[in-house]
Amino acid sequence: MTAWARKDLLGIEELEPGEILEILDTARTMKEISTREIKKVPVLRGKTVVNLFFEASTRTRVSFEIAEKRLSADSVNVSTSGSSVSKGETLLDTARNLEAMRPDIIVVRHGSPGTPHLLARRLACSVINAGDGAHEHPTQALLDAFTIRERLGRIDGLTVGIFGDIAHSRVARSNIHALRKLGARVLVGGPPTMIPPGIETLGAEVVTRLDEMLPALDVLIVLRIQIERQGGLLFPSAREYAALFGLGRERLLLARPELLVMHPGPINRGLEIAPEVADGSSSLIIDQVTNGVAVRMAVLYLISGAHRGAAAADAVRGAA
Amino acid sequence: MNAKAEILDETGVRRALVRIAHEILEKNQGLADVVLVGLRSRGDHLARRLAAFLFEIEGTAVPVGVMDVTLYRDDLAHASLWPRVQRTEIPFSVEGRTVVLVDDVLFTGRSVRAALDSLMDFGRPRSIQLAVLIDRGHRELPIRADFVGKNVPTARRELVQVLLLETDGVDRVAIAAGEAER
Repeated sequence: MTAWARKDLLGIEELEPGEILEILDTARTMKEISTREIKKVPVLRGKTVVNLFFEASTRTRVSFEIAEKRLSADSVNVSTSGSSVSKGETLLDTARNLEAMRPDIIVVRHGSPGTPHLLARRLACSVINAGDGAHEHPTQALLDAFTIRERLGRIDGLTVGIFGDIAHSRVARSNIHALRKLGARVLVGGPPTMIPPGIETLGAEVVTRLDEMLPALDVLIVLRIQIERQGGLLFPSAREYAALFGLGRERLLLARPELLVMHPGPINRGLEIAPEVADGSSSLIIDQVTNGVAVRMAVLYLISGAHRGAAAADAVRGAA
Repeated sequence: MNAKAEILDETGVRRALVRIAHEILEKNQGLADVVLVGLRSRGDHLARRLAAFLFEIEGTAVPVGVMDVTLYRDDLAHASLWPRVQRTEIPFSVEGRTVVLVDDVLFTGRSVRAALDSLMDFGRPRSIQLAVLIDRGHRELPIRADFVGKNVPTARRELVQVLLLETDGVDRVAIAAGEAER
């Protein structure tokens, strides 16, 4: 029996370490399926998954969609442009209308923190958070943890740095929770304007300068500078950011030779990471993308089991 | 579990497997293109043992794969517990081969049905054969075994327990009254 009993995956913060490990172990099994000639198993046959994306996304949406198809679920994509959202429908009305068509799982990305939680409370189907504002992006943190564990065999006892725009980053928040729960030491850094006050309360240590952080690290997660999310620019110019905070080849010499470099993508080449680092031997960026599919397959599988269990329990209660 | 009647002890398990190894050789007139695929969680150990006996007898190393059929089961919607999925490892092509599926107990036939579907997704074997340590009857599908260690007539509610050295520290097959679990 699995150690997963949740109807929804809303964030990493509320998960127990055992639940995270259950997902990572299941993902290891799922990864093999993508190496077969016929990359499909029938386990979610007859299940309907709606991918409801209120924000632009290619990688995450495609990754979820491929994961759904490899498990034989039927998936439908709804994005805000071209949907009734652009005609003024509220979020809850959209969700209720979608639910009336009886999907089993809704995967949601939204610019406002807490949107998936709101949907999970109001809807009977399962909800998976694919990113809510600057709050959480649980499947990204899970695939990052999976990638580190796959390469290094463990997470416990490692020192992992997260560098860049921490303030705007749901990836940073979910990663801090996941890595801390699995026993890693987490250092965060970036331009002072991008370090939110109080980030230490999540269990991360602030080391502002990359040069200072690098020698201690087993893994460095470089965050994307989210130019589109910046209200007013928090740094003077792209060139200055690259020079002061970007991960280039020279700066990499400060780190241990076995340092692993990760990035949630999409990368701004030459801004937060130099092309020769992104494409270099220490980079796990492409592994992250491959593993994203396996991790999302694991989440879909485990959530389906828990949801069905809950429905069965309700039926029993109803009959009693 | 209630009082158990022993069906096979360590010697009995070994003899059954040795005989099955000979039967596999006889039926296929050798081991050309024969591969073994064990079904988790005990068929995988039985498959490795069969391969060892085949090597002793013929001097040929037969490839052994492991399969977890959870993702192909037809009873997930009714299962009381959502099973943990374990890895399927078939590190060779099954295309054109004779695949001998190996399982511990043949009961309803539903696991074997799932295994057949799963195997087809890996390629098109020339033929698929089935070897089981125990056939306890009560089939719900038109499936039969090619090689049987021991036929054991059982009541539906009885429980057949297979213990193996690799997982349980002892080789023993026993039958007990109780809720059938398979």
